[in-house]
Amino acid sequence: MNAKTPPKKSSWSWRSQAFRGLIYQVLAMSAIAGLVWFLAHNTLVNMRVRGIQSGFDFLSQTAGFDIGESLYPFDSSEAYWRAFLVGVSNTLRVAVLGIILATILGTLLGVGRFSRNALVRGLCLCYVEFFRNIPVLLQLLMWYVILTEVLPAAADAWTMGPFFLSKGGFNYPIPVWGTGQLWAAYGLLPGVFLGWAYRRWTVRQFEATGQAGSMVVLPLMIVFLASVAGWALGGAPTEFNRPFKGDFSIENGGALTPEFLAVLMGLTLYTASFIAEVVRGGIASVAPGQGEAASALGLNQNQEMRLVMLPQALRVIIPPLTNQYLNLTKNSSLAVAIGYPDVVSIANTALNQTGRAVECIALVMLVYLITSLGTSLLMNWYNSRAAIKER
Amino acid sequence: MRMNNLKNVAIVAVVLGTLAAVPAHAGKTLDGIKARGQVVCGVNTGLAGFSAADSNGKWTGLDVDICRAVAAATLGDPEKVKYVPLNAQQRFTALQSGEVDVLSRNTTFTLTRDASLGLHATVVTYYDGQGFMVPVKSKIKSAKQLKGQTVCVQSGTTTEKNLTDYSKANNLNIKPVVFEKLEAAENAYFTGRCIAYTTDASGLSSTRSKVAKDPNEHLILPELISKEPLGPMVRRGDDEWFAIVKWTIYGLLESEEYGITQANADALKATSKDPVVQRILGASEDTGKLLGLDREWMVRTIKATGNYGEIFERNVGPKSPLGLPRALNNQWNKGGLMYAYPVR
Repeated sequence: MNAKTPPKKSSWSWRSQAFRGLIYQVLAMSAIAGLVWFLAHNTLVNMRVRGIQSGFDFLSQTAGFDIGESLYPFDSSEAYWRAFLVGVSNTLRVAVLGIILATILGTLLGVGRFSRNALVRGLCLCYVEFFRNIPVLLQLLMWYVILTEVLPAAADAWTMGPFFLSKGGFNYPIPVWGTGQLWAAYGLLPGVFLGWAYRRWTVRQFEATGQAGSMVVLPLMIVFLASVAGWALGGAPTEFNRPFKGDFSIENGGALTPEFLAVLMGLTLYTASFIAEVVRGGIASVAPGQGEAASALGLNQNQEMRLVMLPQALRVIIPPLTNQYLNLTKNSSLAVAIGYPDVVSIANTALNQTGRAVECIALVMLVYLITSLGTSLLMNWYNSRAAIKER
Repeated sequence: MRMNNLKNVAIVAVVLGTLAAVPAHAGKTLDGIKARGQVVCGVNTGLAGFSAADSNGKWTGLDVDICRAVAAATLGDPEKVKYVPLNAQQRFTALQSGEVDVLSRNTTFTLTRDASLGLHATVVTYYDGQGFMVPVKSKIKSAKQLKGQTVCVQSGTTTEKNLTDYSKANNLNIKPVVFEKLEAAENAYFTGRCIAYTTDASGLSSTRSKVAKDPNEHLILPELISKEPLGPMVRRGDDEWFAIVKWTIYGLLESEEYGITQANADALKATSKDPVVQRILGASEDTGKLLGLDREWMVRTIKATGNYGEIFERNVGPKSPLGLPRALNNQWNKGGLMYAYPVR
């Protein structure tokens, strides 16, 4: 620290700005540390005085409650920390899917605001104004009510081939996991690698010769064909676990519960309206001359947006987009209102079974903190890649 | 010398400080209640028959009457209660933190709650058991038929774990859909999201009578899958207050046993020759003094709410909308489990 003080002044003089700065920082830091210590100490003492047991030891005890839906099997005889993991995975499942869908929808809406078609422009405007001005909790409740009130009971489910839609949710056939599926997964790996290599080669080729190759369709075809090849090698199994109508509900097959669907729809549609505004702002920030220049070069409207406007807009879009991703992840905690077993819901149950309120809330905070910081890091990395390279 | 003087002053100050901190005989909770002029009572957000507010904001129910009884015993006026509606998750924290003086919110007494939350279970005011409610048209007649079905349940309750235990013991693979709020869980059941709704049998009756469009369309299954002794809880660390709540309830129970009612309490006090009745009503002995209350504590309480039997009949009994039988909640000498310690 002292190395930074101007050499002319004495480093320990009260008149030295750097020294005073240091003092203020130390004071501020110790005030914060003191406050944190006071709060923690006070809580612990009060809890001990009132005979409230505390600590994280409960995490290794048997949870003893079931969870309605999870990405992987969970049994009530497993420990609390496993239950928390199920909650975290349910939160991430809805957050990741929501982010992907909201980004796609939001980008389309944002671009739509620049359409030359007045109807498209108007519709996009209406969508944005409608969805971003209604609190997200109300939207979640609305979708949940729509899904559970409007849809028919399982016995009269809407049927489309092997797909069922009812109050019980959306049921679909899933392939029975076997050697073929495993081989398809094996095929996917080299497929992704080959696709990536081909795409790199195309870029090189374009830079060297000016010959534009397929950047998206062919690499995706390669990935797809590779996994199909793997599937064929594994004996090409076609057995499906098909859902069917049971006495009171649709049984077997894969299922998306109404709780999950409502949370996903609510968060996606709400956040998409904000992303649309972010995208619109980003595109509006690109100098109009860029678009005109692109037109002058003979690019069509689609190419103009995709190749000229959006890449430049991206630099403006990414930072506020990160905000929206964080908001979506945090808003997913509202899912508890409609019975989706996210990490908050699991923590609520754990809190009540064990009475460890402070610990459970702290765990939930930690989960959201880590998720948000992780998202930020990822987006910052992407931002630095998309930023103008200053050489 | 000067130092010595200072030291003496310091010692005196410390001793005085300690003395000042020693609670008065009646306990600091009661002191707080008297200073405030109100008993703060944690109740359910809305469970007809136990605690529910009507359109005028007046609270009624069995749990509410316990609050009223405690207020009558301590403050002399059953109306001097502030009701704090709490959902299942908030309730224990609210009591631990001192937000409420007593938690009278159809709460099951369990070892974990009694031993690790810094709380005391007082006296059981309703013996219950967990059951299931299904739509009549589902034609389900037994909980064993719920294999693989979705069941709506409120989080933060013993119900959640009982359901899992029952599902596991009978290999039913029941899928719970867990809601934070009672109303949300009930709604999800009535819209048909779940094939069944589970909670304490008294809660099922309450929901069926008040929330269902047509109570006859819903059937409460015969199986009771757990023991649910419900009653008020208080904070640890104030034994005097614990005793007051406990003995107010015992007083209500024993009044029923000896035939003291809201209507005849005054008359009995003047005329009864039964020493037990005389003791309860403060005609012979001053039992209130031992609790840090006055001599009239039990007379006032009975005149405010009636005895336990009257409270039961009025709120949840066979003639109320809930229509619950006395069953386990009858007096011990009439085939029930209600057995008050003697007020003497």
